[in-house]
Formats: sequence, C-alpha cells, structure tokens
Amino acid sequence: MANPHMVMYEEEFNQIQAIVDRLVRDANSKVVFIIDKNGQLIAASGDSDQIDTTSLASLTAGNIAATGGMAKLLRENDFSTQFHEGERSNIHIQLVGNRVILVVIFDNKTSLGLVRLRVKKASEELNGIFEALMRKVADPTREAPFAEITDDDIDNLFND
Amino acid sequence: MSFINYLSREINCKIVYYGPGLCGKTTNLQYIYNKTNPDAKGKMISLATETERTLFFDFLPLALGEIRGFKTRFHLYTVPGQVFYDASRKLILKGVDGVVFVADSQIARTEANAESLANLRTNLAEQGYSLDKIPYVIQYNKRDMPGIAPVEELRALLNPTGVPEFEGVASTGVGVFETLKAVAKLVLTELKRGGGG
Repeated sequence: MANPHMVMYEEEFNQIQAIVDRLVRDANSKVVFIIDKNGQLIAASGDSDQIDTTSLASLTAGNIAATGGMAKLLRENDFSTQFHEGERSNIHIQLVGNRVILVVIFDNKTSLGLVRLRVKKASEELNGIFEALMRKVADPTREAPFAEITDDDIDNLFND
Repeated sequence: MSFINYLSREINCKIVYYGPGLCGKTTNLQYIYNKTNPDAKGKMISLATETERTLFFDFLPLALGEIRGFKTRFHLYTVPGQVFYDASRKLILKGVDGVVFVADSQIARTEANAESLANLRTNLAEQGYSLDKIPYVIQYNKRDMPGIAPVEELRALLNPTGVPEFEGVASTGVGVFETLKAVAKLVLTELKRGGGG
C-alpha cells in the first residue's frame, strides 16, 4: 500500500513532547501542536484544553493539502509555511519534512519573528525524530502492531 | 494510513465516503452524528457552499469502543461529489484506510454513479492504492425514492467484485450504521493482518 502506518512509541513521543513543550515557552506562544498530514493529532502543549484540537487538526491538514495542491499547479514542491493573522490570535503552520505539521498559536505577547525563529529550530529536531521513527516502523522484522487481535475481538466491538 | 499510538493506546483510522453529487454522503454523516452518544463523537465540520453543497469535505471524529485496551477512533470524511471538485477529492483520499461508495439508486443517476466510481478508482490509483485491495463497501442509497433501479442492476454495474453492499435510506438512517460497521470492521481486519495504508 501507499504508506506505512504511523506508529508512536513512548521513546519518540517523549522526545517530541519535550520539543513542543519547549517551543511553547521559547516562542512565548499559547498552544503548539503536531499533527500528521492526515489530520491525526500527535502531540500538543500549552493551553490546548481551550481549543477543539481534533477539529483544528483536521482543518489544518485539509489546509496543507489544499495549499500543496496549489503549489503543484505552480510547479512548486510545496508551500511549507503558512501564517494567518487574526485580531487576537495568530496561527503559524509549518510543514516538517513533508510528513508532519507543526502548528503554533500565539497572540500579541510575542512576535512572528520570534515564532519563526523558534519553529525553524524545532522543525529540524522534529524532522530527525520522525525520520528515525519511520525507519523503525518500516523495519520488516517488527511484528505487525495488531497481530495479536483476533477476529472475535473485532466482532465483539460491533456487537450491540 | 492509520495512526497507532502506544502511549494513549489509540488506533486512529480514516474512512472516506465517496459518490456522485447529491447521493447522500453528507446525510450519512449527519445521521451518524445525530444518533451517536455525545461522549463518542467530536464536532462535525462541514465545509459547504451557501447552498449546502459540500465544497471541500465534511469531517466527523467518532470513537467506536475498545479492542484489547486500545481505543478505536475513526475519522469520517466525505468528498464533494460534483464533478468539477476533482482536485479536492484527490486530496481527501490521501491516507485513506477505508472507502464507502454511496450510490444513488435513482435510474436517472446511473451514469453519474458509474462515472464517480471510475473517478474513485483513478484517484485512488494516483495515491498508490487499488480499489480491489483497500477496505471498501457500497451503499445503494435512496431506496425510498421513486424511479429506482433494482439492486441486481446496481450490483451488476457497480459491484462486480462482490464487496459488502447495503441498501440505504440515509435520511431516515436505514443501512447507515450497517455500512459504517462493515467498513470499520474491514479496516480493523486489514490492520490486524498487518497490511493497510
């Protein structure tokens, strides 16, 4: 099939979480989250309880997909950065390694310049982690993640 | 492409409802949304035009319960059915784990069904998927309408390979959950097999 599964293990998750936690502080932002290109939330930090992160993740992924489609029409690989400015909140969206999306939500307590600077550093680190993670997931000697599930387990899920 | 999180013990999968314009894809999602326990669903998002035609996609996150301690979460998407939104349809198919093809049973829509199914096959192939391998079910919708084709005819045209099929009236919910359960089950079975997106 087209892509391997995205699988998240504890070791990599902790590394990723440390980076997003630090990015919230260093960029003086409100919320930072990471999603995959299909809109699945991978990690979040900051004041994320106030936000519907599931919806935001899906819409961001749709946005990145649409922008990527526009880029291809202009014979660009991708537009890897987006910035949306509102009256109270701003959102900075960065495509990392063409694999995941780093989203920073911030207000006027910080500046776009600082956010961009911190995002750049975090992106480089995240790219390395996700590359290693994808190598681990693609390792053919690793057992399929759900091999232990039986057909009965699946049937039971759908018994009313 | 499913996302398996060993920390939060969650399996996340993406299901796309495909089909010609006005066949009832959004209506399927709306029915599921209205009949699902608030704890099990997130907000439904519809990116639609002023006349309520889907412009980009509808999105509904849904939790279906636990398997061996893993929460199963499904993200349901619809595509815009109208022919000229093809670029958007392609984007929504990225990373799909399972497909529901919603056919409009009305005889007048025979050609639209066939065209949309061919378009699904082409667009999946562009993403590196094959409709013959991906978890896939069909719903023959609008069975309550006048001027509908018999199921045998629809089957001959749209389901030559005999994938699971359901008769539906999405506006009243007939066949809606049966369709969803069937595709979700195929997706999980594929995941268990170690294949899938």
